[in-house]
Amino acid sequence: MSEAVSLSGRASDTLWRRPRFLLALLLVPPVLWLGIVYLGSLFALLAQSFFSIDEFSGLINYELTLKTYKELFRPSNMDILLRTVAMASAVTVAAAIVAFPIAYYAARYAKGRWKAVFYLGVMLPLWSSYLVKVYSWKLILAKEGILNWLFETLHLSWLLQAYLSVPGIGGNSLSVSWTGTFLVFLYVWLPFMILPVQASLERVPATMLEASSDMGARPGQTFRYVLFPLALPGIVAGSIFTFSLTLGDYIIPQIVGTSARMIGQAVYQFQGTAGNIPLAAAFAVVPIVVMGVYLTISKRMGAFDAL
Amino acid sequence: MHSKAPLGLKVAAGAGLLFLHLPILLIFVYAFTTEDKSYQWPPPGLTLKWFAVTWNRSDVWEALTLSLKVASISTVIAMVLGTLCAAAVARSSFFGRETVSLLVILPIALPGIITGISLRSAFNLADIPFSFWTIVLGHATFCIVVVYNNAVARFRRTSGSLVEASLDLGATYFQTFRFIILPNIATALLAGGMLAFALSFDEVIVTTFTAGQQQTLPIWMLEELVRPRQRPVTNVVAMVVVLVTFLPILGAYYLTRGTDTVAGQSK
Repeated sequence: MSEAVSLSGRASDTLWRRPRFLLALLLVPPVLWLGIVYLGSLFALLAQSFFSIDEFSGLINYELTLKTYKELFRPSNMDILLRTVAMASAVTVAAAIVAFPIAYYAARYAKGRWKAVFYLGVMLPLWSSYLVKVYSWKLILAKEGILNWLFETLHLSWLLQAYLSVPGIGGNSLSVSWTGTFLVFLYVWLPFMILPVQASLERVPATMLEASSDMGARPGQTFRYVLFPLALPGIVAGSIFTFSLTLGDYIIPQIVGTSARMIGQAVYQFQGTAGNIPLAAAFAVVPIVVMGVYLTISKRMGAFDAL
Repeated sequence: MHSKAPLGLKVAAGAGLLFLHLPILLIFVYAFTTEDKSYQWPPPGLTLKWFAVTWNRSDVWEALTLSLKVASISTVIAMVLGTLCAAAVARSSFFGRETVSLLVILPIALPGIITGISLRSAFNLADIPFSFWTIVLGHATFCIVVVYNNAVARFRRTSGSLVEASLDLGATYFQTFRFIILPNIATALLAGGMLAFALSFDEVIVTTFTAGQQQTLPIWMLEELVRPRQRPVTNVVAMVVVLVTFLPILGAYYLTRGTDTVAGQSK
């Protein structure tokens, strides 16, 4: 017993004399785990994008080549890339617009109990099951579902039909249209936008807004020249999530939307049924590069302080 | 200071919150509907029968058990690794500190499909067959960041002089950890653990790549979403999943209430 105590005491002394050693002890397990499991796998994937697939045998040709990347820039594949980036941008802009009033009200006006209501009101949808959220929209957008019922009850079905006949955003019904996909994306990622915007707005002193209106600025001007610039780092921080999550998602467009594919679906199909892992890997590189650029720009704009 | 909110802002904020909550509430109604062939609204009638049907479904139970097992083990791994990492990053500055925090965040900053396909191709290259542990490997990796975030915030607020005082008074590092550090960070760890559990319990994107033929509850649900076969059972499962995930979130909220981890307070 006493031997064990003195052993632990001695070990403790060593740690005290060598804080670097303690630091290393703390760091080695998590860094090893992330380094091997995560980075290792990531590099394994990236490496495969430089292989190519033999068109005749369908087997992977393990020679370094840029052929797969050339294939990535074929028009049909470019369509997928552009479509996905356009969707991610639209979702991000819409999320910022919907999130702002919620975040602003929660940051400036909600006190005490209401503050908790707003906080949980954002946290519960944020953390509740992703699939359940998608499922709920399948129920809402279904032909026999609540949204169509609502339009019918209000005798506005003609309006919905007129909207659905607009090429590009419409479709046979809401559940197989781009608007449907867009709505589900917006719903699922919205809380990720609200939280950072709220965090950045909390730091805007109310006196600053009062000063602006005292000096004669109309509410619109105060928003344009004071509030918005101060909230921008938060919006950019939130957009990192909405943009990145939309870029890589393959489940939402598969369940609600048209047959035109997005990046995530392409990756999924190429690695699965098509067995073309090099092309799937090349597709996966696109979100990594886009997010790399995006993160670099956001860091310059101070978005990381708002996270 | 206490100016009234403009009406437009109130309406927009309220509408936004409704938009976030109505779809989830809708699930609760559908769990009781008598209609089993379509998603008809309004429900033609209400019944409790589907709860009994779901209760007797062995595939749902198996998927649920697998999900709970994976979430528990991943949470434990993530709690150990996340706390170690937080302790190192919060207390000292060293070369590569920024890199370490980036490394922790990367698995959730990049889209899940990339984590998933990376792991799958690594398993392929290394000839590792899919198993319970391949799922855990993926889940623990992206759960680390949740524990890390909670723990790092708490470490920063725990005064370093407490630790020094304990050591000065002759306690060993292990005693200091047991009696000083652990009580201080316990609630933050518990909160992080609960969130990690919720995250793992719900994860589907990475899991589809690392599960092989096994079915976790989210994968079971995904199959139903793509090819609906038993709508009423899915409705009930969806409702139960919502309730099950709400508990850890409420728990985490009450554990960290009044501390820095509450969103909105400036850092």
